Parts: sequence; C-alpha cells; structure tokens
Amino acid sequence: MAQVALEGIHKVYPNGFEAVQTCSFVIQDGEFVVLVGPSGCGKSTLLRMIAGLEDITEGTLRIGDRVVNDVDPADRNIAMVFQNYALYPHMTVAKNMGYGLKNRGISKTEIDAKVQEAAKMLNLTDYLDRRPSQLSGGQRQRVAMGRAIVRQPDLFLFDEPLSNLDAKLRNQMRIEVRALQRRLGTTAVYVTHDQVEAMTMADRIIVLNGGRIEQIGTPKEIYSTPASTFVASFMGAPPMNVLNATVSSDKHVTLDEGLELPVAAPAASSGPILVGIRPEDLTLGEGTTPFDVQIVEELGAQRLLHGTLGGQAFSVSVNKDHEAGTGTIPVSITPGAVHFFSREDGFRI
Amino acid sequence: MADLTQTQIAQPTPSRLRFKWNTIFDHLILIAGSLLMLMPLVYAFITASYDPVTIHREGLALTFGDELGSNFEKALFEKGGFTKTVDGMVMLKNSFILGIGFAVGKIIISMMAAYAIVYFRLRFATFAFWIIFTTLLLPLEVRILPSYEAIQRLGMANTYSGLIVPLIASATGTFFFRQFFRAVPEELVEAARIDGAGPVKFFIDILVPLSRTMIAAIFIIMFVFGWNQYLWPTLITTDESLFTLVRGIKQIVLTYSDAAIPEHGQALALAIVAMLPPVLIVIFFQSWFVKGLTESDK
Repeated sequence: MAQVALEGIHKVYPNGFEAVQTCSFVIQDGEFVVLVGPSGCGKSTLLRMIAGLEDITEGTLRIGDRVVNDVDPADRNIAMVFQNYALYPHMTVAKNMGYGLKNRGISKTEIDAKVQEAAKMLNLTDYLDRRPSQLSGGQRQRVAMGRAIVRQPDLFLFDEPLSNLDAKLRNQMRIEVRALQRRLGTTAVYVTHDQVEAMTMADRIIVLNGGRIEQIGTPKEIYSTPASTFVASFMGAPPMNVLNATVSSDKHVTLDEGLELPVAAPAASSGPILVGIRPEDLTLGEGTTPFDVQIVEELGAQRLLHGTLGGQAFSVSVNKDHEAGTGTIPVSITPGAVHFFSREDGFRI
Repeated sequence: MADLTQTQIAQPTPSRLRFKWNTIFDHLILIAGSLLMLMPLVYAFITASYDPVTIHREGLALTFGDELGSNFEKALFEKGGFTKTVDGMVMLKNSFILGIGFAVGKIIISMMAAYAIVYFRLRFATFAFWIIFTTLLLPLEVRILPSYEAIQRLGMANTYSGLIVPLIASATGTFFFRQFFRAVPEELVEAARIDGAGPVKFFIDILVPLSRTMIAAIFIIMFVFGWNQYLWPTLITTDESLFTLVRGIKQIVLTYSDAAIPEHGQALALAIVAMLPPVLIVIFFQSWFVKGLTESDK
C-alpha cells in the first residue's frame, strides 16, 4: 500500500522528443487512477517512468516515503501487467507466477502457498501446470494478473491490459480487475486509450494530450465539466458537439453561419468562442433551433442522429422509443448543459 | 478425424486416381535422387568386404565378399598408424570431442555475442555485429598461417583446445541468434526486470530455454561441420593419438603404402564409420532441426 507522488516529472528522449511535459500529481493510497489519452500522448511513458523502465529526465518520483528515481524496477515493489501479457512461454502458469518471488529468494513452500492463493482468487487452480500457449486470452490475462498479485506489491501498473481481448471478455475483465483491486486495496495506475474503461474503472482520471495533462478529476467531473475541448471530445461516446460561435456585446451567442443559439452567454466573454453541447443534452421536436438530420445510426438502446446545425457538423442522441428520420427538425438545448471554451487555446471559460 | 473421413468419402474416384499418380511420380523423383546419393555409399560398404588385393585388382564391387567383419574389426581396433598406437576407436573418440566441442563452443560464444549485441546499449553494437559478420569473408583457409602461428606460439599445438578453440568463433551462429533474440518481445525483458531478474538470470532463465530449438538446430549443423573438419586438424595435430577419423582414413592408406598395396578395405570401412554419427544425428534430431529453423516458441 502506498501513495505515489510525482513532482515536476519531465521526460525528454535523447533525440529531443519531449514525451511528457512537466507534471505533478499525487495518487492516494488505494486509489485507482487511469491515465487516458490518444496514442502518443505520453501515458505509457509516464507509466513506464513510474515502473522504472524509463529514465526520468527531471523531477522526483516517490512511492510511499521513498524517492525511487534511481531505484531498480525490481526494488520498487511494484507489479506490472502488460498489454501482450509478457508471460514466459516456457514456464508453467505456476512458475510464471512464482518467478518474481523465486528471484527474491523466498522459500519454495512459501512461493507455492502464495501461488495457490492467487490462483484460487483468479480461478486458475486447474491450470497451474499448463503453459501459457495452452491458455485462452482471458486466462493468460488472469495469469498476468496473478503474477502481479502474488508479489503483494505496493503498486499495480497496468499498461492497456485489456486491449488484446474481445469486446465481451473485455467488459467482464474490466469488472474483475476493478473488483480485485478493491479487494486487495492496492494502489493502481492504469493506462488505456479507451474512454469507456477510463470512465468505468477509475477513482480518478488523468487525461493526457500531447505529453501534457489536460485534466485530473473523477469520472463525473471529467464528464460534466471538461477542462478543454480536447477532454470534451475525447471523453464520452459519441463525443461532445463543439461549434464555432461569437458572443456579441449584448450577450447573444451566434454561430458563425448566422444562426442564433438560445443559450445564456458566459459572463466574462465576448468575441469568438467555442460552444460545446453533449449529444444527449438536446431534445428533438421542441424549441426553435433547426437541426438538419442526414444519417440515423441505430444503436439499440439509442439512436444517433448525425447532421448539421447552422451548417456545422452536429450529432444528437435520442432514446430508442423516439422515432427519428432524416430531414430538418427543431431541437431544444437543455438549459445549463452548455459548455463554453476559448477559441484560442480550447480551455474552458 | 471425422472431417477427414467425410472428405474422403465425398471425393469422386477420378480425383483419387490423379492423386495416386502424383504420389507415384513424386516418389519416383525422390527414389532416383536417393539412389544417386546412396550408390557411392553402397559401393563403399560392399567393397569394404574384400581384401586389399582383390580391390586393387578388380576395383569397386557390387556383391559381398567375405572380409567385411575382419576389415571393420581391423579398422576399428587394430593399432595402426606410424607409431602403431592409435586405432579406429581412438580416432572416433577424437572426432566426437572435436564435433561436440566445436558445436558447443560455437553455440556458447555466438549466443553470448548475440546477447551482448541485442540487449545491451553498446556504443558500437551494430558496427561490432557487422565486423563479426564480415569474418564470413575470412574463413579458416584464408587465415590458416597466422592461426597456426598463433596456436603454435601459445603452445596449443597437439592439444584438444588447440584443435577446437580457433574454430569456435561463428559469424553464422551469432547472426542466427541475433535474429532470434531480436524477435523476442521487448515486454518479456521488462517483465523479467520487474521480476528481479538481472542480465545473467534473464539469459539463463528466459533466453536459453526460449532458444532451445534454435540451439538444437545450430548444434546439428555445427556438429556435422566440426566432425567433417579436415584441414585444421591435419595442420595442428601431428601427434597420432589426437587424429580424428576424417584424417585417419588417409593415414591408413598412406602408412600401409610401403606394403605394396594400401588397405583399401579398411579405409572404406573406416569411411563408413566416419559417416555414421553425423547421419544418425541428423536422422534422429531432424524434427528439432526443422522446429528450430521454422517455429518459434515465443
């Protein structure tokens, strides 16, 4: 169990590429933190710096009370689950799980006991004598988890561990991983590019973009008050509609194409602005704003309507019992559900 | 299995016939090829059953004579050579020492070289690799005088180590292992690092077991290669007790030459003996061999 503190952590590769810009945050003891962002945003680099697989260019990293910048990965008391599981192909499941313990000089009987215990927790008892190649993807994933938990680490690190599984198994493992972490109470850092995983699993989400932290917050905070247009469009599926608009001196919000939106402009702004509206914060068939529907996507529980609003791309999500077709239809915007962002840097106003 | 039976039933007769013709044709080619390769062996084996005088007079034979047992026995157990101290068994032992030492040495050296090149951030790793690779352009035959001179000065002439060590640097082996190691996923190294395996442990616990089919394949190639070495053993061993089979055959023919007729029968018997171990190794380990070069257990 440990708190992880990053102070002014910064990573520049020898070729000059700045993978992670200076960042500081604290992960509380027992917390499940998800690092999320598109590929190349630096989330894996950040995780690998915490693991010790990547050198830290600048800054201080603490796990518990210890500064671990120069501590070998094996001595940081962490465990990591990799995307491709990274199981040792020539070892049985039991040996895979016990290898780290064996290297620490723990006695054979104690290793056996710990492996048995972990195997029981993960329903792997029947597979202990098998090789990884004889297991299914989900079972391999469990072995990788088992290898992590037998060591009773201070910190779990997950590097997109569910990406290689099919959708159904992924949903199931998502819940299992979360439940296991809750039960063990071990601090966890989880990297993913999947915003659903981030939203469902995290105590707190850290959204990264281009090596920079865009926002840190609970899933609810991230969703309801995104700090920038990047967070707004990255978190949530379908993404938030972001429209170019202008705030006039008398506080009217007008889209660039001339259509006026019936929303209250933010107090301290005027001139060009970005208006964000989530697709589910709109009601069809009411109000006065014309929405030109071009494509209807059937999702079962919902329907997604894609089209244009005042000439800009726009989507609306409606319930399954709401009939929808193409053509122009009036929509009303739920009051208070409108987000405003600066047009210069994309940050929230 | 069920599928297979079904397909067979479903197959119409003509296509089964065509299948058969194909098989026969393929086999004819294979049999012709095998005969071409086997006939010299058959000749050698059968001719080895005659006494030298008959062989000298009538040449190679295709029907068995009555000297087969005694020729093999003499070739293997009769003390021969210039000093009359060395028999076929001693030479067989020497050949095994050379073959195994050569193969094992090459595997160890090239695995370690490849490990260093692939896994350690050496300043000139790629350059070093290409330097190793260019030694393929300098086989033993090209550098034989300096090699001999060096081994001679080190006092290693007429020793097993002098016989083996100068031959075990292997560009081919290093290349094979390098390619293999490069294909081992990066995450495996990282998982091992987190599991507390240092460079030596990772090598022994993970890489060596992972490479075992590769090692077997290279062992087979190198054993046969080492077994068949002729030039270097001829040069570096003048002591007859260190002679290998491959050069011993010639010795039989030579030393008996003052007795008017060389012991052709014994020489042929010894040639058969010299051929057997590489053949057996290839036959028994061929499945490993194919696995090592095609499959990967990663």
